[in-house]
Amino acid sequence: CKHRSHISKYIFVVSWYMIFNLTELLLFHRQEIMKWNGWGYNDSKFIYNKNGQAEFTGKRYRLSGMIIPGLRDWMESTFGATVQHKTPATPVLNTSAVQPPTLNEAFVEGIKSTGIPFSHDPEDRVFRSHGHCLHEIFPLREGKVGRVPDMVVWPKCHNDVVKTVELACKHNVCLIPFGGGTSVSSALECPPEETRSIVSLDTSQMNRVLWIDEKNLTAHVEAGIIGQDLERLLNESGYCTGHEPDSMEFSSLGGWVATRASGMKKNIYGNIEDLVVHIKMVTPRGVIEKSCQGPRMSTGPDVHHFILGSEGTLGVVTEVTMKIRPVPEYQKYGSVVFPNFEQGVACLREVARQRCAPASIRLMDNEQFQFGHALKPQVSSIFTSFLDGLKKFYITKFKGFDPSRLCVATLLFEGDREKVLQHEKQVYDIAAKFGGLAAGEDNGQRGYMLTFVIAYLRDLGMDYFVIGESFETSVPWDRVLDICRNVKARIVQECKDRGVQFQPLSTCRVTQTYDAGACVYFYFAFNYRGLSDPLHVYAQVEHAAREEILANGGSLSHHHGVGKLRKEWMRETVSDVGLGMLKSVKDYVDPNNIFGNRNLL
Amino acid sequence: MASRAVYVHRDPMLKKRDDFEDILEERRHSSDLRYALKCYTPVLYKGLSPCRASELKSMVLQSDQLQYVINQVSKEMGRTAEEVQAEASTILDEMAHRLQISTVRFFAFTLSKIFKTLFRSICVNEEGIQRLQQAIHEHPVILLPSHRSYMDFLLMSYVLYTYDLSVPVIAAGMDFMGMKIVGEMLRMSGAFFIRRSFGGDKLYWAVFSEYVQIMVKSGFAPVEFFLEGTRSRTAKSLTPKLGLLNIVIDPFLKGEVFDISLVPVSISYERVLEEALYARELLGVPKPKESTSGLFKARKVLSEDYGSIHIYFGQPVSVRALAEGKVNRCQFNLTPRHIPRKPGEEIQSFVNDLAYRLVRSQEENMVLTPWVLLAFLLLQNQAVGNERGMSLDELTEQAAWVRDLSRQFGAFLHWPDQLPPSKVVSSSLSLHRGLVRISDGRVQLALGQEMPHSAMTSEEELLNRAVIILSCASYRNQALHLFIRPALLAVAIQAASSNKKQEVYNSFSFLWNMFSNEFILCPGAAVQDFEEACYLLVKSGALQISQQEILVSGRGHRTLAFLANILDPFLEGYQMVCRFLYEATEGLTEKQFVPAVRKFIIKHLLTGRLRYAEVLSSDLQKNALAALLRLGAVQKLKGGEEQGALKVNKVIVNSLEDTLGGKLPTQKALVARL
Repeated sequence: CKHRSHISKYIFVVSWYMIFNLTELLLFHRQEIMKWNGWGYNDSKFIYNKNGQAEFTGKRYRLSGMIIPGLRDWMESTFGATVQHKTPATPVLNTSAVQPPTLNEAFVEGIKSTGIPFSHDPEDRVFRSHGHCLHEIFPLREGKVGRVPDMVVWPKCHNDVVKTVELACKHNVCLIPFGGGTSVSSALECPPEETRSIVSLDTSQMNRVLWIDEKNLTAHVEAGIIGQDLERLLNESGYCTGHEPDSMEFSSLGGWVATRASGMKKNIYGNIEDLVVHIKMVTPRGVIEKSCQGPRMSTGPDVHHFILGSEGTLGVVTEVTMKIRPVPEYQKYGSVVFPNFEQGVACLREVARQRCAPASIRLMDNEQFQFGHALKPQVSSIFTSFLDGLKKFYITKFKGFDPSRLCVATLLFEGDREKVLQHEKQVYDIAAKFGGLAAGEDNGQRGYMLTFVIAYLRDLGMDYFVIGESFETSVPWDRVLDICRNVKARIVQECKDRGVQFQPLSTCRVTQTYDAGACVYFYFAFNYRGLSDPLHVYAQVEHAAREEILANGGSLSHHHGVGKLRKEWMRETVSDVGLGMLKSVKDYVDPNNIFGNRNLL
Repeated sequence: MASRAVYVHRDPMLKKRDDFEDILEERRHSSDLRYALKCYTPVLYKGLSPCRASELKSMVLQSDQLQYVINQVSKEMGRTAEEVQAEASTILDEMAHRLQISTVRFFAFTLSKIFKTLFRSICVNEEGIQRLQQAIHEHPVILLPSHRSYMDFLLMSYVLYTYDLSVPVIAAGMDFMGMKIVGEMLRMSGAFFIRRSFGGDKLYWAVFSEYVQIMVKSGFAPVEFFLEGTRSRTAKSLTPKLGLLNIVIDPFLKGEVFDISLVPVSISYERVLEEALYARELLGVPKPKESTSGLFKARKVLSEDYGSIHIYFGQPVSVRALAEGKVNRCQFNLTPRHIPRKPGEEIQSFVNDLAYRLVRSQEENMVLTPWVLLAFLLLQNQAVGNERGMSLDELTEQAAWVRDLSRQFGAFLHWPDQLPPSKVVSSSLSLHRGLVRISDGRVQLALGQEMPHSAMTSEEELLNRAVIILSCASYRNQALHLFIRPALLAVAIQAASSNKKQEVYNSFSFLWNMFSNEFILCPGAAVQDFEEACYLLVKSGALQISQQEILVSGRGHRTLAFLANILDPFLEGYQMVCRFLYEATEGLTEKQFVPAVRKFIIKHLLTGRLRYAEVLSSDLQKNALAALLRLGAVQKLKGGEEQGALKVNKVIVNSLEDTLGGKLPTQKALVARL
């Protein structure tokens, strides 16, 4: 099989999952392989080994088992976080800290009679009570547990969901759909004011690819499937969706639809709204779906857009028909170093103007470049380190780049070999006009790796008094530089004003390009030693940063969604009338607020 | 109403101010040449995108903002874009500075020589300099000095050079351009020139604002301009002009810079070089056109003693902090930011408040010399017709009393406490011997009746006296900001029909409203000002205020009388303007107003019916007219043959005159209508 031979070349992340069993993430008790109070797999984490060097454990990732010599110094110099000051997490969940469930007996009886698996085991419930916002993870590390769902159900197919929703309506219980649990908008938090029994509807058992239509290049998939499983299953047939959000190891198709997700390679494949052809969703009013699979329709406002971004407030997405593409023949990473961020942004803007963006193009600022540098694994040969030294000398001394100002763009090209090489040349030619120097495939690849390990790094930070998070926005081109500068400066100022004792890390990257603007991604972290209520300080700074984003013409969110974390700004974002429209849909579809996660509105 | 207002009192006595250091001291002991050639490495803005003065021009001409306006103008006027572009380029050439360090060094050398001859000391608060240095590093900085003399901007650059700070670029009036060599020299030391009026000229405005904004955004150098727009001839702060302030804060509002620091600077002169010139100008002798030869004729000033100068660099004001909650910056989200548009109401009122706040902070940090307090006493004494003047002892006693009062009001008074008061008084008098005469131990203003000149008409004689009085008043005016609110309250208490707080407030509010073109009274802050005045007078023991009533205490009468006296010349002046307008013939234009009202006042002064020659000040007359226009008592007709003609509402004008004269109570109806 021709395609099969390319699969191993296919994006490196995916290739590492291959060795693992597909069913791994389909476990009812995901906490058996995943952290209950941190990110990702139990076996994968950053630690300081007995030599005091940073190391990434496990076998799953390319970085696994490697020593990262620069990380400890970077942690110390960036945050002042030293190994002496440790804040380890509670290793095991103390189940007695979990409130006993408030069960709706009639509903439980109903579920029992349908045969749909369910549980009210504390560990199952806690695992589904949160996403990955700092204020959700931080208390868990201290063993503190708030309101959690009272029960978890695992419907196995669309019909199971229909039955579950009917029962929920009949017995007035609150349903919160749960996909991959990677939310960063407080969307999964149980509303504290909710007095009904809360049932977490875990979609993980709905994970089949139901059919692949090679004539129309579509696949019909159950919405509970996790990103990496979907890609792997399609790859077996020589296809892919090309939808690769940074969370794709753990996030689900239904979750993507519910949050309007965006993938790294959207320049080729599009964002989730461009990828879906058909959606089936179960609501308290019944099932909503379109009658055909026409590629575009003029039939009034697109009802898919009530579903896309509904964040679990209207119902459960059960099945989706998605576009698929043949797995690309060839893939190549690349990187370009610019003398400063301004030049880099100008280059990205030009690339977007000429509509020649590669599958992915990202521009990291100087801080993030240095961060990426600190994550370089130990090099085995003297020759490599000699080459590295030479490169550095060439860029800083010969080309006169200021190491404290230069920044790097990472690139990913995809397609048939010839076109990729042609495309690559076109992009490098544009970059050269903005003073950009090609800086090799390794740097590019490492840049993308950063995306997947950053969430693991946060856990390391939290072991040593460092808390942080990422947030994003989208903004017109002419505002990109201003928003990056102002938001970063605002973070630094707010930290200072609120008594943070150490210089915070405040960094950004332009992570997606569009015709009319870009998506900007910020990382923000600080050492909270000396603060009595770090979470509160953190929340205030994050709030201020969002205010700054809005004041600089940025959007409330590009792809993370609104959840409960950002809903205070919804009215000004979509106007009174806009909010009223959304409310009236909610009132019609779910008058009794069965889908009561209280996101968005 | 006043009693409901929430007003947080700041105790002015507690205001901490920095110490001064005399920068001339070192100049007197070391080589000026070495100083001019010193190693000069100022701290730069951290976000500086380095560029030379010459590169600024192409940045401006190529900017989206200017290109947009060029296209617009070319479409409207039916001219080619190239023509308009060329015109923009010409405007820019006329405007642009050519800052270069060699010229700055030249000035550093020359000014050292001149300053040492003219002044005893130039005192600067070093902590302010340190704050400024920090501010320059962090954000683009706008320097906002008070404007009392041509010296101001030379001084500013001189001080900044001395402290190794970036010399500023300075918005200067076009009138300097007339002085050929000097104009060019100023250009090379950082001055850029703007026309005095260019109201409707879209292109000029666009070039100008873009030029200034590019310098602000790039952090090229601190931008300096005068909020008051022009030199205050009276030494009172002028109502701030908002144009340039709007321009410089725009980059912040549009998110193009993170923040902007505004630094108010107060420059106080013990003796102003232009002292007599200003008085003559106010009396109608036109201002001589600036010319290089004129400057050389001014050489004779070099032989005189002008005392000390105090320069106080105030606390940098963060535009971001002040705009928080007042301006919604999202308003720029929906149109491209390079398309010019008029600032909305929210921004206008923000900028207006900001401007007043800055001028008040200039006022508060003005150093007052003992002579300023003496000027109050000498003028008041002269006005009561005391021909023989005051004895030195009496003057000293009163001066000490005013000193204590002013300190209670938070004055930044430079009174050498280590000397006996009589010494302080006599040394102050001797510096201003052109204005005072001391004979037989008695002091009075040198009004010139010593040697009556037969050839002089009585009108000339009057004007000569007025020169002295206005000169003296310009010193008194330096401290008016300190007393103005309590003085308004003092007059209000006299005028009010009862001692009910509400009545007094009505009366206060009437006066406050009437005089808000004359003094720096922040728009809309009548209630705060009333509360502040009450607070100060209660604190100084002059008043007792209960929930409903305001009572004057035993020792308060002296204070209130002193304060009320301060306003007397202004009350009389405004009444005269009202009377004049009441009697004026139809068709009087704004242009004719000042000469006509002057003639009218001279006539009345000569008959001896007026107490204050100060009412001859054209500044006062113009302010009064502006107030009447604002209040709707007078209207300016637009268009047709009557272009610029003033239409007077005689009923209102008449009743205003009576109210000001205390003949009518401040009727509620009138106040309400105003």
